[in-house]
Amino acid sequence: MCGIAGLIHRGTQSDIGSEMTSMLQSLRHRGPDSTGFAVYSVPHADSYLIRFKVAEQEDIAAGGFKIHQEIEQRKVEVDRRLAELGVSILEEEQATEYAFRYRFSFEGDLENLAKYVEDVEDTEILSLGSALELIKDLGDATSVSEAYKLGGFHGTHGIGHTRMATESDVDIRSAHPYWAFPYNDISVVHNGQITNYWIMRREMERKGHRFMSSCDSELLAVYTADNLSNGATLEESLRSSIIEIDGVFTYLVATRNELGMAKDTMAAKPLVLYESDDLIALASEEVAIRAILPQEIDTYDPYDEEVRVWQT
Amino acid sequence: MADVKNTGDTSYEMGMHTEQLSGRSQQIFFDSEDAENMAYPWAPDVDFNRRTEFDAAELNTKEINNQIRDLMKEGFGSIVIKNPGAKHSVAVGILSRLNLIIEGSLGYFGCGLIDGPNVRISGRVGWSFGENMMAGTVLIEKNAGSTFGAAIRGGDLVCKGSVGSRTGIDMKGGTIIVGGNTGAFSGFMMQRGRMIICGDAGKNLGDSMYDGTIYVGGKIADLGVDAVQDELTELETAWLKRKLSQYGLLEQKNVAQFTKIVAGKQLWSYDNLEPAEKKIIL
Repeated sequence: MCGIAGLIHRGTQSDIGSEMTSMLQSLRHRGPDSTGFAVYSVPHADSYLIRFKVAEQEDIAAGGFKIHQEIEQRKVEVDRRLAELGVSILEEEQATEYAFRYRFSFEGDLENLAKYVEDVEDTEILSLGSALELIKDLGDATSVSEAYKLGGFHGTHGIGHTRMATESDVDIRSAHPYWAFPYNDISVVHNGQITNYWIMRREMERKGHRFMSSCDSELLAVYTADNLSNGATLEESLRSSIIEIDGVFTYLVATRNELGMAKDTMAAKPLVLYESDDLIALASEEVAIRAILPQEIDTYDPYDEEVRVWQT
Repeated sequence: MADVKNTGDTSYEMGMHTEQLSGRSQQIFFDSEDAENMAYPWAPDVDFNRRTEFDAAELNTKEINNQIRDLMKEGFGSIVIKNPGAKHSVAVGILSRLNLIIEGSLGYFGCGLIDGPNVRISGRVGWSFGENMMAGTVLIEKNAGSTFGAAIRGGDLVCKGSVGSRTGIDMKGGTIIVGGNTGAFSGFMMQRGRMIICGDAGKNLGDSMYDGTIYVGGKIADLGVDAVQDELTELETAWLKRKLSQYGLLEQKNVAQFTKIVAGKQLWSYDNLEPAEKKIIL
């Protein structure tokens, strides 16, 4: 089933971390397996943010005594490679034993940096950019938010996802949101099933894109990255997806300063929308919007093939 | 064996055949008094003049529904629910007469399986609202989600705003009224009943409908398989005026300009008889 949510403050900032946590916690019944957040702050002018993990939660449960040592070694190797590339780490945080956040300055090619870091065993970059911070792990919204200290995160917009695993495993790599590798600051959450996944995936792989999971939702992130890197606008990418991607889907895409949505031609997956001059909130169910806007509001369901994009 | 076929040619032409076969209003009663007094044996004896209210802000779905039942057992015939918070499955399975006023919005599957109550909702409702409704009236002041009135068999289900996709899917009777627009696949596999859409209708309207009638005041994106346009009769125009004025939706609408959509052909095995009626014929 899965639950998706998103919100964007126009012309202002807010406690996006707490707001997204409240919205996603109220959608827990739609997906208890994992929760993910992609939240955006005002872009850092002279530095980048990277969030990466060097193991899965299940590796620790199954790995015995050696896994802790291996995690340390992988982290050391990531640091070594970053230093080799000339990266200067400005801030370093450890969210869990296997998940890290760095703010760093770098003047080289970010795609090469990403590929070199992900070449370390079991290492995956969750997000990379100047505004995006992507957090995802097993558990409900409150537990993930507390573990990663998301409460109090001030920013302009965000998207999130509660996952009920149907197409792939219950693990972090299959959890949403997906970062649109290697395109900075692009993230995607999705509710639905993509039926031409393998055809589209092979097409994307032939173009040189990488897939970290076998989750069909990752295709949307890669597809968006491909379109944007070829010069398409977010709205153009969303519109073309309705034609080129088969299945039933509703998905949200966030960029550094935009939030977009698209619904498939059957409108088979739910989305409720609230729109005012200074705030847009979207969710699979109105109860999520009520979690941050308890007062009486007007909401509606976007129709089939509907595409919308909002700016911060 | 008797030949079972659609014997409603006359009423079909008049556009009235569907109203005879819907929920509690099914014409299984021999006089109107029987129908009016019909009640389930266990239905609580409520007094419409006894009114009460409760706050649902801190209650879950089960607690809200139990509270409604407890108040009905106490004889309250008019109940006001405050702060429903878009919770799901609220006010389902009410099988007797009741005036229910909901001040706020409901989530999924609200008012499903109801048979008799009059409900008024000041906010919006989520997906599959009023599913399998048998009788009664429901009036929603704002918008509604998709699959609004799925498989209803009777009663009047009214949304003053716009609704999502697949409105009245598998509808088997009753009347759905939409004050605004409706999404794609509305009236999909419709079998009986009537749907009035005052605004625009999305693509594939009436796709695979077997029977029933759809009236559209605005534009129709396109018709689904087997749905065709038919001529509006004077009787139907009068009925549309009466229905829309009943719910305050008639203003500035020229119902004579509404487009009427019916089934162009029916599934080979389809008839519009109730099981009980089939037994009589057979």
